[in-house]
Amino acid sequence: MNGNARLEMRFQVNGNDFIQAGEASSKIKRTLQQIGIDSRVIRRVVISSYEAEMNITIHAYRGEILFTIWPNLIQIVAQDEGPGISDLEAAMQEGYSTAPENVRQMGFGAGMGLPNMKKNTDEMQIETEEGRGTRITMKIYL
Amino acid sequence: MTLSEIVRQLDLKVLTFMPENDLEVRYGYASDLLSDVLGQAPPGALWVTLQCHPNVIAIASLLDLSAVLLVGGILPDQATLERGQETGVTILSTELPTFEIVGRLYQLGLRGSTRSCLDG
Ligand SMILES: Nc1ncnc2c1ncn2[C@@H]1O[C@H](COP(=O)(O)OP(=O)(O)OP(=O)(O)O)[C@@H](O)[C@H]1O
Ligand SMILES: [Mg+2]
Repeated sequence: MNGNARLEMRFQVNGNDFIQAGEASSKIKRTLQQIGIDSRVIRRVVISSYEAEMNITIHAYRGEILFTIWPNLIQIVAQDEGPGISDLEAAMQEGYSTAPENVRQMGFGAGMGLPNMKKNTDEMQIETEEGRGTRITMKIYL
Repeated sequence: MTLSEIVRQLDLKVLTFMPENDLEVRYGYASDLLSDVLGQAPPGALWVTLQCHPNVIAIASLLDLSAVLLVGGILPDQATLERGQETGVTILSTELPTFEIVGRLYQLGLRGSTRSCLDG
């Protein structure tokens, strides 16, 4: 599938770095605007990638966002080294959050990030291992 | 109602700059939970919040919100202002608390979501 990819981008995301957080998503947005993708699709992509980026920033140690666009598909892979998600079913519920207090004070930790990602993508697959990390693969069809 | 008209009518402080071309603002969204805004704020909405840090500006920029309106006289720190300048996000401020300012925005004709607008 990589053979005919129109474009691939890779971004490092560091745990706890709230200054850099969001950079990957804003670069992805700019790229999608430049190649003329529909603004409603751009919105779904950036919401999903931003939530994934923030989850690495808040919950993991380090990770990366891999963004690929094919003629009829956009894929975002967010993978990290981190604690993993111990109760995936709970994590997918709106309102479930283990975000620490200092992060909640910033307005994160509503427990709506994963549900937002699910709602804004056509497919979402989560692989996670406790103590190792998490990989989330999201697809949006064009 | 245009953004500059809203600023004038409600006597809002402009902390960064107004957009070069005045914007028509039809929707507003009031929330201090960032994922709630990401999930629910209508495109082009005016975001009313007391959250004030660079990530707020990043979200407003990603979602193409018309402006961030800080309530209760909150003033952003330098990093937040700079992020606003860099990304072209208009940051506004009012002395009024959330309930008061949202009521006034509603009176000026702003609505909370596409649906409530369609419902009339
Ligand atoms: N990459 C990750 N690594 C480890 N745990 C995670 C990761 N992503 C999510 N989680 C767990 O799943 C929970 C729910 O995630 P979700 O994004 O829905 O909410 P949140 O990040 O806590 O708050 P919000 O996204 O609303 O700011 C998190 O609180 C955390 O326990
Ligand atoms: Mg989250």
